[in-house]
Amino acid sequence: MYRQSEILDRSGHDGYMVINVGPQHPATHGVLHFVITLNGETIIKLEPHIGYIHRSIEKMCESLNYRQFVYTTSRMDYLSSHINNHACCLAVEKGLELEIPPRAQIIRILMDELTRLASHQLWWGSMAMDIGALTPFFHAFREREMITDIFEDTCGTRLTMNYMVPGGVMADLHPDFQQKVKVFLKQFQEKLPEYDELVTGNIIFQNRTKGVGILSKEDAISYGVSGPTARASGVSCDVRKLYPYGVYDKLDFKEITDTGCDTWARYIVRMEEMRQSIHIIEQLIDNIPDGDFQAKTKAVLKLPKGEYYSRVETARGELGVYIVSEGGTTPYRIKFRSPGFSNLSAMETMVKGGKIGDFVAVMGSVDLVIPDIDR
Amino acid sequence: MFVTQYIKDVFGAIKSLGIGMRRTLWYFVRPKEIITQQYPDNKDTLVLAERFRGEVVMPHDENNEHACTGCTACELACPNGSIKIVTKFDITPEGKRKKAIDQFVYRLDMCTMCNMCVVACPSDAIIMANDFEHSVYDRTRLTKILNKPGSKVRDGIE
Amino acid sequence: MWSLENITKSVDSWLNLQFSPTIAFLIEAVIIMVLVIGLFAFLGLVLVYMERKVSSFMQIRLGPNRVGPMGIFQTAADTLKLIVKEGFTPNNVDKFLFNLAPFIVMVVAMVVLAPFAFSKGFQIWDVNVGIFFITAVSSLGVIGILTAGWSSNNKYSLLGAMRSGAQIVSYELSAGLTILVIVMLTGSLRISDIINAQADGWWIFKGHIPAIIAFVIYIIAATAETNRAPFDMAEAESELTAGFHTEYSGMKFALFFLAEYANVFIVCAIGATLFLGGWMPLHFGENNWFNTIMDYIPGIVWFFGKAFFLIFVIMWFRWTFPRLRIDQLLNLEWKYLLPISLFNLLLATVIAITGWHF
Repeated sequence: MYRQSEILDRSGHDGYMVINVGPQHPATHGVLHFVITLNGETIIKLEPHIGYIHRSIEKMCESLNYRQFVYTTSRMDYLSSHINNHACCLAVEKGLELEIPPRAQIIRILMDELTRLASHQLWWGSMAMDIGALTPFFHAFREREMITDIFEDTCGTRLTMNYMVPGGVMADLHPDFQQKVKVFLKQFQEKLPEYDELVTGNIIFQNRTKGVGILSKEDAISYGVSGPTARASGVSCDVRKLYPYGVYDKLDFKEITDTGCDTWARYIVRMEEMRQSIHIIEQLIDNIPDGDFQAKTKAVLKLPKGEYYSRVETARGELGVYIVSEGGTTPYRIKFRSPGFSNLSAMETMVKGGKIGDFVAVMGSVDLVIPDIDR
Repeated sequence: MFVTQYIKDVFGAIKSLGIGMRRTLWYFVRPKEIITQQYPDNKDTLVLAERFRGEVVMPHDENNEHACTGCTACELACPNGSIKIVTKFDITPEGKRKKAIDQFVYRLDMCTMCNMCVVACPSDAIIMANDFEHSVYDRTRLTKILNKPGSKVRDGIE
Repeated sequence: MWSLENITKSVDSWLNLQFSPTIAFLIEAVIIMVLVIGLFAFLGLVLVYMERKVSSFMQIRLGPNRVGPMGIFQTAADTLKLIVKEGFTPNNVDKFLFNLAPFIVMVVAMVVLAPFAFSKGFQIWDVNVGIFFITAVSSLGVIGILTAGWSSNNKYSLLGAMRSGAQIVSYELSAGLTILVIVMLTGSLRISDIINAQADGWWIFKGHIPAIIAFVIYIIAATAETNRAPFDMAEAESELTAGFHTEYSGMKFALFFLAEYANVFIVCAIGATLFLGGWMPLHFGENNWFNTIMDYIPGIVWFFGKAFFLIFVIMWFRWTFPRLRIDQLLNLEWKYLLPISLFNLLLATVIAITGWHF
């Protein structure tokens, strides 16, 4: 209530205009609410109001056992659900000291990278749509559809997979998996230049993004920004390189960083990450070893008393899973360090002094997924 | 030089726009590239992934027998309580009391298709079906009883 | 030979025989009114359908295909829906202006139609300042948009309207200057004179470099003047939800929607008249077999063909390009288009004086 009266006061006295962007607004991609103070078109102040889609996933997890809680994390950052599940499984496996069969390891990495590609494709389409080009959205979905089809074949669902379980993966790969992934890679590599033709090379797009939404390296570090958003500010923070999990330490891929610090740099970093993901998948797709897809586990998992932390690189940044166990079948406390929340906190620094159009462009480039922020 | 740079800018901009327009025109004149699926029309030819998780069903054979022993492994595995198993005691021909399911209550409205019950089931009594058209006018119809009336557990399954 | 000119002439002489000149004039006015409203209804239906189909094919979709064969009745169904919808007026709006704004936009679009020549002799009002009349009246449309944005009492609407005001006022300049190039080459403001001057070739061919530059700039300015992407600052659906017509619903919204497409048609018709010869068939030089073949195609087909080609180009822009930011939009006008069109006008003057055009 205090907050509301404050807004009214402000808009009354100094001639600034306060507008509500959200909770229902096309630029926020969900139920996120920004209160923006405007001087004409220029943004003076931006306050994010979150919590519209808070489902208390962390609290829910405390009443679910170590097998069950994994599925809730698909609902946090629904665009990288495989990677979220992976993070949870890593934390549980750390506690159980499980050895994961090599086949399951490779399958997990393959799924992670496909998820990253799918997420970045959606980001590409929606960023172009935020900036005003509607056509790229459909072109991005054409390739994304192939990935979701691959997921559907193997995992049974398209978005909230719950495919990774503590000890491995839930089911073996579909027999067509390798062939379908190869078809997808071929088509995607053919179509990537079209992505550049439609959006990257476009002079309007470049003007809209270059020099817009500056996030300096110091700010990025102090806000705890991670993922492509931080790497575009020159912060080397790829968990896959710095704290390798799975088989990432044996793979050949580059960590993409850019010192541009602006929306354009974030765009370029994500586009290059797509190419790196393709490269990773190409290395793995023909080298899936035979063997079990799941380690033998007890029917009821009990983590020894202690604290367990795992971190992975989702499509948006670093996801940390922190489990406190009292030795029972359910966790005593779970905390997710979600990338979206930290990235959102840097929004005001990025858009201050910009125009409303810049806000939309920055929103697109940071690629926030709202359920990930609220959990 | 300012003027040459200015002219270069103008022509570079026009060229970049032209490249984008060429690409959209390329698609405009090629209706073959259209990827729309006409859903209700292609219902007969629609191919779903065989592992697609639509809803939990309990397969019955021709003798109206299923494989569920009522061990409640699925009920325990379900993260959000969509499954409730009501057991009863059958009297076997030998006169012994035997535990069997009375009702396998499945709440589709709460189910998130996580597949944990199917994985947990020791006798493969439940599977994920491909049906995905779940809309009903009354939500009570989403609470289903999976075992058919009069069905019993198949012999030899403990 | 059958032509629209003969029909209009015979109708006119028949009416004048039967009634006194005043009555005949009134009847003619009514006929014209019906025709113009009919044209607008036709344009609304056809252009919305065309836009949806063009966008869908560029976006690898099918587009409307359920109502009627190929979905051709889709827009009719949409119109029906908008008619039966409640025309909601929010509480704190300025009710008079709120209800007036859609009509201003619509009436302006209709008035601009007066000096257009759809075919030889098929023209409402061949005024001697025709092109000047068009530019003067078409810039009034922004008043409707500003009224709508202001009276809605909505911050998004206000932002959209203010953007639109700045944008249209700026782009009027380069649109006017490019039109001036053709006026200079023709030496007349009268639409029929401009079209007749293109009997031996359209201005875009005859006027070579200045005409081509003027044509390109005119298309850009026309896109901006009609508030269409990549210049749809006033609507900017990802920034301002729907801009100046956020609060409108039902038929009042439909009027804005219709006026947008009517305006698109009008600017494209101006472009077709000035640069592509209006109803004049494609001619090269004087009296040869090619011109004779081309003359068999009626003028109204030529006119609408050219106008629709330009409309397609403008739609093509919309479904390819991202949106500019408001300051970039004004930069483009004041730093690029205006200097270029001023320079171009100078070039055109030199060419017109020395007679270097064909």
